[in-house]
Amino acid sequence: MRRIIAILLLIILAVGISLSLAKIPFGTPKTKVGKYYIEEGIEETGATNIVTSVVVNYRGFDTLGEVTVLFIAAIGLGAVLSTVRKKTAREIEPASLVLSTGCRVLFPLILTFGTYIFIHGHLTPGGGFQGGAIIASGFLLIYLGCRERRISRTASNLVESLGGLTFVIIGLLGLVFSGYFLLNFLPKGTANALFSAGVIPVIYIAIGFKVGSELASIIDNLIEES
Amino acid sequence: MSFLDSYIYYIGAFGLILVGLYIILVKRNLIKVIVGLGILDTGVNLFLISVGYITKGTAPIFSRPGIDPEQMVDPIPQALVLTAIVIGVAVLALALSLAIRLYQHYGTLNLRKIREQKW
Repeated sequence: MRRIIAILLLIILAVGISLSLAKIPFGTPKTKVGKYYIEEGIEETGATNIVTSVVVNYRGFDTLGEVTVLFIAAIGLGAVLSTVRKKTAREIEPASLVLSTGCRVLFPLILTFGTYIFIHGHLTPGGGFQGGAIIASGFLLIYLGCRERRISRTASNLVESLGGLTFVIIGLLGLVFSGYFLLNFLPKGTANALFSAGVIPVIYIAIGFKVGSELASIIDNLIEES
Repeated sequence: MSFLDSYIYYIGAFGLILVGLYIILVKRNLIKVIVGLGILDTGVNLFLISVGYITKGTAPIFSRPGIDPEQMVDPIPQALVLTAIVIGVAVLALALSLAIRLYQHYGTLNLRKIREQKW
């Protein structure tokens, strides 16, 4: 009965969606805003990656909100799981030599790659969110491979708070120097150089650290529980 | 054929969304409901990206000189999806932690057997 009701609902939904979707052409330029960002983005922000300039510069306030959503989700996960009674320390079977050595070799490489991704976020594909996710995957590898190792909660909380604080402080500095929150007040430099685009790389590095430590602490919480 | 060419991404994206909704509505195991949530999330992201696509378009990055700005895809949906993916991961993790708590409290993940979750 439930199944039939669900299928009926979905059929109604599908018909409505397809009627409205048939009017959206596929593969044609649509928004003037996107066109404006592509044409004026380099002069206005100095970043060659237009997606980055949209994320950090044009919609920087929006990104601050989304980082906050991520923060609240991580906090909520910690709060939900922390009320569970702590189990007694279980015996952890140590990983084999091949696995643990491989993890130790790969872990710094993954960290370096993640750092590269978020430092070059304004030049190449990538940025703070992607780099942070890659760094968290390195920590996941450590948790699965060398099972006796744990990240320090204090350190991850510290890095996370510093990242968020840097973002807000740069926004406030923009307010102080130029009169608008999150305005790009540093010199923009030449396009395609590493030190260009003003505050964009700084904010993206802060986001990278923040996302990396948040996802790592989520992994830590979930693995403690299992 | 041209119909498929022009609408295959929309069909795929809304196929994923409908599959995800069906799983959320029908399945009784909480873990499966969370998997459905993940599929729904993927469908929404794919739809946003495909709305911004331009036929034979390139990424909106001026990585080398001589790239035609007319051929670049819309950067705004990409910027939205970029953050939406990471937030989706965090929300899935939050849902899983709630599932862990429910399992510890009721001893089952079957939504039929948890009285407060029944519909």
